[in-house]
Amino acid sequence: MTSDIDLKPLTGLPRWSRDQIAQRVARDIPPGAVVNLGIGAPTGVANHLPADREIILHSENGVLGMGPAPAPEHEDDDLINAGKQAVTLLPGGCFFHHADSFAMMRGGHLDVCVLGAFQVAVNGDLANWHTGAPDAIPAVGGAMDLAIGAKQTWVMMDLLTKTGDSKLVAQCSYPLTGLACVKRVYTDLAVFELRPEGALLRDCVEGLDRVALEGLTGLTLRAA
Amino acid sequence: MIHKIHPDVASALAGIADGATVMIGGFGLAGQPQALIEGLIEQGARDLTVVANNAGNGDGGLARLIELGRVRKIICSFPRQHDSQHFDRAYRAGKIELELVPQGNLAERIRAAGAGIGAFYTPTGYGTRLAEGKETRIIDGRGQVLEWPIRADVALIQAERGDRWGNLTYRMTARNFGPIMASAAALTIASVHEVVPLGALDPEAVVTPGIFVQRLVQVARTGVHGAVLPAAEAA
Repeated sequence: MTSDIDLKPLTGLPRWSRDQIAQRVARDIPPGAVVNLGIGAPTGVANHLPADREIILHSENGVLGMGPAPAPEHEDDDLINAGKQAVTLLPGGCFFHHADSFAMMRGGHLDVCVLGAFQVAVNGDLANWHTGAPDAIPAVGGAMDLAIGAKQTWVMMDLLTKTGDSKLVAQCSYPLTGLACVKRVYTDLAVFELRPEGALLRDCVEGLDRVALEGLTGLTLRAA
Repeated sequence: MIHKIHPDVASALAGIADGATVMIGGFGLAGQPQALIEGLIEQGARDLTVVANNAGNGDGGLARLIELGRVRKIICSFPRQHDSQHFDRAYRAGKIELELVPQGNLAERIRAAGAGIGAFYTPTGYGTRLAEGKETRIIDGRGQVLEWPIRADVALIQAERGDRWGNLTYRMTARNFGPIMASAAALTIASVHEVVPLGALDPEAVVTPGIFVQRLVQVARTGVHGAVLPAAEAA
């Protein structure tokens, strides 16, 4: 499925950078929330958490109260995040085993998780673990547990693929990670809220509007 | 006298049979029982089913075991990594069977085995490829998948300190799969960085009670360990 949209005008559009998207996500996380940030772009949200809000970060490999990267001399093979990068522990932080860590997800104890995605459907279906290519070696990690476990699952992704296809879709064509689990989608061009009645446009970059985004996504979007 | 401490890795690993199911702890380098995996390579058991989060990195450890053709099947959540070339090659050549399991289901299936649970329903994976062919039920309005315990003949885990009864503590995120794998295997072999006298571990801080551990061996610490735990807030 290739979009008929001429992408040339888009290259002139202002886009939110990865950092700006991360900043928007961070701004929407309420004080006191327990949050899991997925591998890749979502990890960058940690750099933008407002200093005046106490937010607890969970890592699937058994940490609550995860802090930023350490100074080089304090790196430690035993203190890493889900992406296997060195991290630190904040006062009040603690360690636990894998079954407890995933009980925190599956049991609905996390307030928010932020994940990357290949595709999100307007009904909240998420595809982020497998492209479906027959020769691809599949790997799932904690994606399926996170997607359905947190009270709110938010996605951070570019809105369009390199060839201009919308990654927000009527129905996912890639293998699913979880059904009807995504509540919000933060992209480089717009922010959407997925509701039972459909996708709602919360915000978009300057130079685009709801009608233009409907053109790009091929979806009916509701105004906020 | 109960004495689970072995003098060296070879003696701790003695008797692992061909065809065994072997759990291997660790998430990244943290909690990976490297000396025990190297020992298993030496020990020679083949036709193994390995249960681990990953399918090996680089050229050593589990990757080497796979390269040697000693692993018949792997049950894991995240085999594909930038340096999982030995698994990738074996998988593409059809020389290794893969059972891909969402990480939380992997953990809970291991926990269930240790806890004597017959099977359990979980929402994770419902409606996805990884639940195809499995029994499902709607419970509390939510689709759930029936998942079965994973038990093992042997678990190889890395802990921090241990005593002759097999009580264990861990260090930071090296805990990961250790405690649940210890409970799910008939023979749990733990490598520790420090063997301490009985009674030296704070009973309030023992993470894996010795009942789950059959053999212990002390190994040298390798890698980078510069973490400093945070100071308490001012009262």
